[in-house]
Amino acid sequence: MSSTISEPDTIRLLSGNEAIARGAYEAGVRVASAYPGTPSTEILEALAEYEGLHAEWAPNEKVAVEVALGASMAGARAFAAMKHVGVNVAADPIFTASYTGVRGGLVIVTADDPEMHSSQNEQDNRHYAIAAKLPMLEPADSREAKEYTKLAFSLSERFDTPVFLRTTTRISHATGAVPLSPVEGGPVPLGFVEDPAKWVMLPVNARKRHVLVEERMRALRAFAETFDGNRIEWGDRALGIIASGVAYQYVREALPDASVLKLGLVHPLPEGLIKTFAAGVQRLVVVEELDPVIETFVKALGIAVEGKERVPSLGELNPRIVRQALTGEAGRVREPESVPIRPPNLCAGCPHRSLFFALNKLKVTVAGDIGCYTLSALPPLKSMDTCISMGASIGNALGMEKALGPAARGKVVAVIGDSTFVHSGITGLINIVYNRGFSTVIILDNGTTAMTGAQDHPGTGKTLQGETAPRLDLAALCRAIGVEHVVKVNPHDQAATEAVLREEIIRDEPSVVIAEASCALLPEHRATVRPTLEVVPELCNGCKACGKLGCPAIEWIPLTPEEAVALGKKPTQKGMMRINRLLCDGCNLCPDTCKMRAMVEAAQ
Amino acid sequence: MSRPVTNVFLAGVGGQGILLASEVLSEACLASGFDVKKSEVHGMAQRGGAVTTHLRFGERVYSPLIEVGTADLLIAFEKLEALRFVHMLRSDGVVVVNTQEIPPAPVSSGQDRYPERIEERLRAAIANVHLVDALTTALNLHEIRAVNIVMTGAASQFLPLPESAYEAALRRRLPAKYLDVNLQAFQAGRALVMAKSGTGPQ
Repeated sequence: MSSTISEPDTIRLLSGNEAIARGAYEAGVRVASAYPGTPSTEILEALAEYEGLHAEWAPNEKVAVEVALGASMAGARAFAAMKHVGVNVAADPIFTASYTGVRGGLVIVTADDPEMHSSQNEQDNRHYAIAAKLPMLEPADSREAKEYTKLAFSLSERFDTPVFLRTTTRISHATGAVPLSPVEGGPVPLGFVEDPAKWVMLPVNARKRHVLVEERMRALRAFAETFDGNRIEWGDRALGIIASGVAYQYVREALPDASVLKLGLVHPLPEGLIKTFAAGVQRLVVVEELDPVIETFVKALGIAVEGKERVPSLGELNPRIVRQALTGEAGRVREPESVPIRPPNLCAGCPHRSLFFALNKLKVTVAGDIGCYTLSALPPLKSMDTCISMGASIGNALGMEKALGPAARGKVVAVIGDSTFVHSGITGLINIVYNRGFSTVIILDNGTTAMTGAQDHPGTGKTLQGETAPRLDLAALCRAIGVEHVVKVNPHDQAATEAVLREEIIRDEPSVVIAEASCALLPEHRATVRPTLEVVPELCNGCKACGKLGCPAIEWIPLTPEEAVALGKKPTQKGMMRINRLLCDGCNLCPDTCKMRAMVEAAQ
Repeated sequence: MSRPVTNVFLAGVGGQGILLASEVLSEACLASGFDVKKSEVHGMAQRGGAVTTHLRFGERVYSPLIEVGTADLLIAFEKLEALRFVHMLRSDGVVVVNTQEIPPAPVSSGQDRYPERIEERLRAAIANVHLVDALTTALNLHEIRAVNIVMTGAASQFLPLPESAYEAALRRRLPAKYLDVNLQAFQAGRALVMAKSGTGPQ
């Protein structure tokens, strides 16, 4: 990628995320840090392909922002990227970085996920720009994603402020043509210059910085009036629409004749430009996804405007929704056909399935966490009872334990992935030890950040670039925290796993079970050969016990009474199971479910 | 082209290589001088679930999403997924369907049945239905992972792009060691569908 993409004056197809990485590269970014999270993950993966900069996975978003701020203090252009909920984790340094300002340009990407394609909430992070008093740019396609990233660095230096760049899933994961340009650099010389009034946020200094923050916002409001990314596209004056981001594209698609005020800077908003636009149109509507942020601002100016009474606050918009909201008509379409749903599922050979199958036998309350394993909350496994935020499982489990008292003994566990544990589970475990809890924490160590597409983390012993790094030893860490009982088990070994879980869960002191087995999608796992299994048709009695695993390789074959008899079965047997050898991973879990011993190693 | 933007909707199951197929198609659009936008979803939705990609090209493309009932071409990598998304097509649109069946979880577990008469139901909705056996074609090339490029070849018969644009896109997107088999897969896919005048999105 780097060999072709570094040629200037060419056009490339880039996703919004790749375009942001390209923009940061062209801006001469020197330090970039992130924790993976859909829809932001590919930004750092793409940035890691470029030379001449340091790009890294941080353990979590707070650390990523702190690293980027440190690099900015040292005069480098610096960058951090995260999904919307990652900003919650990083909010603490972000709010104070607003006071300190920057030296080298500092850009923070928030990738929001309206519709919750892969998220636990659909918060609107434009509120963060308002609350932290930071400018926020919002690109409407890949081309703007690159240009606005570069602009964000120069605005950051010009106004002495971190700058938010906000995307949504349909910007981050949409691809478009992007013209490439050569690399520039930041204007600030490298080197940390002592400046306690700027960098040491004691109250005495912070009070003075707050004054500067308010002055900066005034200057940014003036800039917003003349910024060419905020522009009026005059059309039919009967209808004027204010929009930004992907909503702008939907508006242009659905109502090509309308007048549009397109906003590229969504905080602070351009009061004068909005007044000019409002005065030039007969009917004014704000079309924005999620919350009425622009609408509320326009209403506060005393301008009559329509918005959320027509445009949904829930989920994503699209051209059809926009047309229907504004004109009341969308045209008739064919009804979708009624077909079986195809929900996401744990992969064949996934070690999480093995662990949860064993855990289900213990009938405990499972405080869950964020990762692929959250899918085990769905049928048929149905083995997770909560899912809130990164690392929450451990605190939730202790809270249940403290609320229920001795009745909770042996009844509550926390389940958390390796990457999530490093992200924000460690402090929760310290709390269990410190406050004399007895909850058992099960760390699902599959050796990767699987949900976001297999990213490395401190526990894998590899960097973002795949280079060897010191490997965080999770067992040693848990012992150092003060957990005396730390047991490793291979979840594919059902008997051992069940025995370990029974022993540890009943303990009246803290314990950690590390269920260690590779993610089934990792190349090193797929390269190893395991015999696949097959069902001996004569033995299968159609009891569907193996179906409770929800393994995609196990398929139900319906039988008519005639077919059943022809196979030597009772005419009442409704069907039988088959193993799809193309999908079977050879994890050998399904034989544990079969009383008929119908699963055997397949003939090669 | 009488219409400014052509809409191609790709649908299938996670793991079938739909993202690569859509990358090859969009590169071919760019190489043919079109503005192009493509949208898809990553993360949780991909874990064995239904995967879709919206691909739009023309002189100027705004929305990255295709409106329901306006797709010109539906490329379905799996039979049931063709039925799930046939309503995305306009009434004179084209669907190219891989005959491969991948049972979804409710069918695998015996709670639901894989739909019958899918071809009939598709034809009731859309006149231009083209079924191709991309799995067998890929297996004949000893590369099961080439199903996606076989489908790309079959679908290319209905798109107004020169053949050379696809080849250039494959060369750009594929590592050298997989290039030859995928070029063969593309041609084999093309041969599965005999181009008929008037069936493609014009």
